[in-house]
Amino acid sequence: MGILYGIMALGIYITFRVLKVSDLTVDGSFATGGAVSVMLMLSGVSPILSLLCAFAVGLLCGTVTGLLHTKLSIPIILSSILVQIGLYSINLRILQGSALKSISVDKYPLLINVRFVSRTILIGALIALALIAVLYWYFGTEQGCSIRATGNNPAMAKSNGINTSTTTLIGLALCNGLVAFAGGLMSQYQGFADVNQGRGAIVTGLAAIIIGEVLCDIFFKKGSSFWLRLTFVIIGGIIYYLIMVLILWMRVDSNDLKLFTALIVAIFLAIPNFRKGAAV
Amino acid sequence: MLKISNIFKTFNKGTVNEKVAISGLSLTLNDGDFVTVIGSNGAGKSTLLNAIAGTWLTDSGKIEIDDIDITRLPEHKRASYIGRVFQDPLMGTASDMWIEENLALASRRGQKRHLLPGITKAERTHYAELLKPLNLGLENRLTTKVGLLSGGQRQALTLLMATIKKPRLLLLDEHTAALDPATADKVLSVTDELVRRDNLTTLMITHNMQDAIDYGNRLIMMNEGRIILDISGQEKKQLTKQQLIDRFNSLSDQKLESDNVLLS
Ligand SMILES: Nc1ncnc2c1ncn2[C@@H]1O[C@H](COP(=O)(O)OP(=O)(O)OP(=O)(O)O)[C@@H](O)[C@H]1O
Ligand SMILES: [Mg+2]
Repeated sequence: MGILYGIMALGIYITFRVLKVSDLTVDGSFATGGAVSVMLMLSGVSPILSLLCAFAVGLLCGTVTGLLHTKLSIPIILSSILVQIGLYSINLRILQGSALKSISVDKYPLLINVRFVSRTILIGALIALALIAVLYWYFGTEQGCSIRATGNNPAMAKSNGINTSTTTLIGLALCNGLVAFAGGLMSQYQGFADVNQGRGAIVTGLAAIIIGEVLCDIFFKKGSSFWLRLTFVIIGGIIYYLIMVLILWMRVDSNDLKLFTALIVAIFLAIPNFRKGAAV
Repeated sequence: MLKISNIFKTFNKGTVNEKVAISGLSLTLNDGDFVTVIGSNGAGKSTLLNAIAGTWLTDSGKIEIDDIDITRLPEHKRASYIGRVFQDPLMGTASDMWIEENLALASRRGQKRHLLPGITKAERTHYAELLKPLNLGLENRLTTKVGLLSGGQRQALTLLMATIKKPRLLLLDEHTAALDPATADKVLSVTDELVRRDNLTTLMITHNMQDAIDYGNRLIMMNEGRIILDISGQEKKQLTKQQLIDRFNSLSDQKLESDNVLLS
């Protein structure tokens, strides 16, 4: 489950760290991915194909946010919230009106599931590794570099002939594609799709990214390479999950869980500042 | 090669902050012109360069490069004709990316960006060669993040990026203003070398009157969104600072005691 958080965080990394924008579409598209994957499998589609479809639908969600932002000049935060809200209704439609749709691991050949933990970990790790490799390659290509330049310095990007609207659009699409893919994996793992599955996805993703970065800076010097940073995003996801388990194990009221999530993210956000000695 | 006809630009139209920055400006540059641009603060010099580069669209008028109408073209499309260095050293480069990656981005100006490698081995050696004559030691630091460079190093790099893919027009907006005098001189002489080598048509804004006189073959002075003086050829070569100040005083309603306003 931690790995799944990490995979989702890889997607969020594209918008949050590479494009340097806050995209809240993910809270919707994570659930969309789960819903699409489960419904397709229930209608007989193979689990792998259902994940690819989830990815494609995620691309579409991100594209909508991107179009609202680039064509209609709505600020990204706002356009992504609009899409997120809209997706809630769409997700309910996909799930044919029910808030929760389960899929039995006995009847369907799910890729991963709570029932077979070791296989799940193996497959999860393989997928994560493959994604890191693909992202590492992609952000080294001409197109990937132009997305990085857009996030880094839009004025420079434009004056070097980069269409920053297009690169922003691609970044948002990829982010949500990956997040929806992770959502599909999550629903296979849990054995159900839930409209509320995506609630707090952005916070979880940020937590994974930031925990990963703090650890990466501790173990390796600043400026470590891109693939190492991506690997630590996955590790961040795992650690975040372990912390959550620990909190539950300490018999904290599960209603308070979100509060603890917020606290943890706040703490990890503050750590780099403490280390710089810049904290108040 | 560049033809600007009667352009206007007003900021914050219809508000109390309304400001006419360019008002009915026309300018024609010939191939290979190296034009220095002077004028007091707020004269509209940067606005002119932004109008040409397409930072935003002008209210009216027409801009052409090589007889191609670019008046409505977005900035990233104009970039295939234009190389640009900003006043702020932070603006021309991507600080989280390596030196070689910045150069690679710039050398793909005007091209579609595909899923090919963002930089090739052959390019790397080529970039090292290009950086060597700058004498800044950057050729050995290709994989250093640009954010770690000094302002002067960054401006020199930006200059290289702006000219790496020979532009039809080079726009320089006080690109040495943020540098210490020695570095500024160095960057300026690199500029002169590059412009001469490729015979680049160039617009260079400066606040230093002496530089404006020393460099280029043509000098224009701006005031209140218009060009009030345009000197070239022999007349420009013989120009002195005092003459410039006198001309400014007689042409604008502002009075200069010295060259302070222009120099500031
Ligand atoms: N984006 C903008 N929004 C509003 N007003 C602007 C904008 N850009 C420029 N102006 C205004 O237009 C006028 C001309 O500005 P511009 O930057 O072109 O002057 P300049 O000649 O470059 O001056 P300086 O020597 O100080 O750089 C100024 O009054 C300025 O305040
Ligand atoms: Mg200016």
